Amino acid sequence: MAGIASYGAYIPKYRLTKETVGWGFPGEKAVANFDEDSITMAVAAGADCLGGMDRSRVDGLIFATTTSPYAEQQGAATIAEALDLRHDIFTTDITNVLRAGTSAIRAAADAVKSRSAKNVLVVAADQRMAPPKSGADRTMGDGAAALLISSSKGLAQIDGFHSTSEHMLDVWRSADDAFIHSGEDRFIADEGYHRILKEAVNGLLEKQGLKPADVARVAYASTDPRRHADMARHLGLAPEQVQDPLYGRVGSTGTAFPLMLLVGALEQAAPGDRIVVVGYGDGADAIIFQATDALAKKPARRGISGHLDSRDTIADYDQMLQWRQLLAKEPARRPPPQPMSVQAAYRDRDQNLRLYGMKCSACGRVQYPPQRVCTFCRSKDEAVPWRLADRRGEIFTYSMDYVGGTPDVPLVIAVINFEGGGRMLVMLTDRKVDEVRIGLPVEMTFRSLGTFSEGIHNYYWKAMPLREGAPSTA
Amino acid sequence: MAGNGISDQVAIIGMGCSKFGERWDMGPDDLLVEAAYEAFEDAGVEAKDIEAAWLGTYVTAFTGQLLAQALKLEYIPISRVENMCATATDAFRNACFGIASGQYDIVMVAGVEKLKDTGFTGLGSSVILPNTNVMPPAPPPAQFALAATRYFHHYGIEPDQGRNTLAQISVKNHHNGSMHPKAHFQREITVEQALRAPMIAWPLGLFDCCGVSDGAAVAIITTPEIARTFRDDYILVKGMGLAIGGKQGTLRDDFDFVHFPETVAAAKQAYEQAGISDPRKQISMAEVHDCFTITELIIYEDLGFSPRGRASEDVEAGTFTLEGELPVNTDGGLKCFGHPIGASGIRMMYEVYKQLQGKAGPRQVKNADLGLVHNLGGTPGSFSVGVGVFGTRD
Repeated sequence: MAGIASYGAYIPKYRLTKETVGWGFPGEKAVANFDEDSITMAVAAGADCLGGMDRSRVDGLIFATTTSPYAEQQGAATIAEALDLRHDIFTTDITNVLRAGTSAIRAAADAVKSRSAKNVLVVAADQRMAPPKSGADRTMGDGAAALLISSSKGLAQIDGFHSTSEHMLDVWRSADDAFIHSGEDRFIADEGYHRILKEAVNGLLEKQGLKPADVARVAYASTDPRRHADMARHLGLAPEQVQDPLYGRVGSTGTAFPLMLLVGALEQAAPGDRIVVVGYGDGADAIIFQATDALAKKPARRGISGHLDSRDTIADYDQMLQWRQLLAKEPARRPPPQPMSVQAAYRDRDQNLRLYGMKCSACGRVQYPPQRVCTFCRSKDEAVPWRLADRRGEIFTYSMDYVGGTPDVPLVIAVINFEGGGRMLVMLTDRKVDEVRIGLPVEMTFRSLGTFSEGIHNYYWKAMPLREGAPSTA
Repeated sequence: MAGNGISDQVAIIGMGCSKFGERWDMGPDDLLVEAAYEAFEDAGVEAKDIEAAWLGTYVTAFTGQLLAQALKLEYIPISRVENMCATATDAFRNACFGIASGQYDIVMVAGVEKLKDTGFTGLGSSVILPNTNVMPPAPPPAQFALAATRYFHHYGIEPDQGRNTLAQISVKNHHNGSMHPKAHFQREITVEQALRAPMIAWPLGLFDCCGVSDGAAVAIITTPEIARTFRDDYILVKGMGLAIGGKQGTLRDDFDFVHFPETVAAAKQAYEQAGISDPRKQISMAEVHDCFTITELIIYEDLGFSPRGRASEDVEAGTFTLEGELPVNTDGGLKCFGHPIGASGIRMMYEVYKQLQGKAGPRQVKNADLGLVHNLGGTPGSFSVGVGVFGTRD
């Protein structure tokens, strides 16, 4: 048996809006901030999914993406550290194809069904790039989703799969390309997307002995809104059976897209509802779920609905080009970053990636970063690790730097005090300058600090103003 | 601490200070020669009379060899001292122990920094060991602005009002600096100019930030007994304090960011040695570490010049102007004289020395007989602070 024990999602706060006017496609799309990438978004979705749960029970993590920051270096391992998972777990990345997300669900379900794992976290995230203002750029957005697949029915049990594999040059990107390429659109719609996806869904329903009308919702990705609507006709679905693809609000989020739509469907599903999710790319994966009675009470998650309206618009298209380093910017007259010490990063991995501070067992005071000798009572080696990443805090003091040359001028730095004790000097991200004030409630967010020498991606935690849509129990 | 520390055991018999500023035509060795030969002439000594030396520099050199090479000091002990922006006072403090211990008769302390060769805005990098690079890439203005934001909030001061107070400190230091031919900036400004200047790190604007300068300063010190054989108006070291923070500002969630305990502790050490119980009344004039205007404001309180939370009132009352009750930064301070890191503490002593000798010209403070130097390095929450008290001979 396999089912979804929990779900979560992530949509970046920033949206490109008015710049899309004149593209022949009104609406907006979600764009990751300059300090986000597929790993950081996967962490955010994973944290949403695991909120309030015992992380020590997670014994597997699969990361699905086509935009892992590294060609060699596992994304899942970094994500597992940031999510504070155990070390003795199975982690892997499934990459290179847009159906990696649904393939990851299938792999996770196979793992729990074969009893090689009990709880496998699937995280899918993408931050793909198309040539600026191209057709694909109009419809692509950034986002992530996470599902905890467990060996029980959970919120929705997995009833079956149907997968196909077929070499198809419709969308591709070679290792040295920044942007995706696509084939001629009528060809890839007719011979690729519509045919292959339809065969997968029909194959699944046939295996299950079901008709399209037996399914409450079908969550499937598409290259654009028109193809998506055409697909519903091909599948013989009524409008209410089609999960809202969020075009004009988020955009197509690559490997995460079908999983985000699945999360959206779960948020709206009633017990007994059958949901089909389809991932497309060099074949297709179709998976059918049935919501259980447990879904009558929705878990406290930001999910899709919580993130969707928590938004801010970016200034203009140039802003996004700068965030993606596609528009040159005069560097500040400041020293270049020092080379990063991988040895120091190894030594400090718990404090930097897991955001462990320490709580002194003698006096009870929380300190970050961890100290061998307590700052308050001088007890030596008498502290326990104290994870701060899931704790909220508030700004004690702050400043705004206009000369340091960071991409987000002014760089807001803040001293924050955590609920339950502890303090940290942090960068503030996803902020509006005029909302920054002493006392502002903040939450922690895992972000990229950029690329250092020899292509090293450095990750750390920043604070951000508490986003709307937060579950009250988090 | 034993007795009065080094009070009255060390005397300054000569000082020199290079012109501070953008010294494109001068290397660090040239700057040291400029300052040292002024000090030699002032003291009436030659390089060959120097038995030992201490060189303070933050990033310009690693060892004392720079000083040996510049001045042709031959095979004598030279220690290089580094303590961030408090480097020079700490170098001086270490040299004092060399005299007070009886080991040496005449030693020199030199501070130098060549900052303008980096091409950077503000300070360059001071990282010695590669690290994980996760700390916010916030230059000093943004770090000190953390204290300004909190100070305003803590005392219920509206940011506009607070920025106006800070501007007055800058205006005072520009006025004083305009009267010193060696100062980096010698132009007066108005409060309006300061408030209209570009923002560097909210709430600190351009004129809230000190100069980034090249420069060197030198002191020749000896025992009071030997000093009498050189000159009548030697200056006595009355007390030297040094206090080092341990990142309490972020490790302790109860640290307030509106006072700097390192200054309080270093001042306590120096005051005890110097027998100072009422600094506001007893001290004639002070040179303090105004790297940013907010630093000077908080220093007034940390040194006991103003009651807690009341420094703004003293600024408004003109307490710290040249004509005020306790003139501060009579030579323009870091703001206008400039801030070549490793030289600054000795530059401060240079002004105190001239004031106590009555040789400060248009900046002369009347009846100056006890002067204070306060030198601070690091960022709010973890500082290195040196405080020195100097007096005229009895």
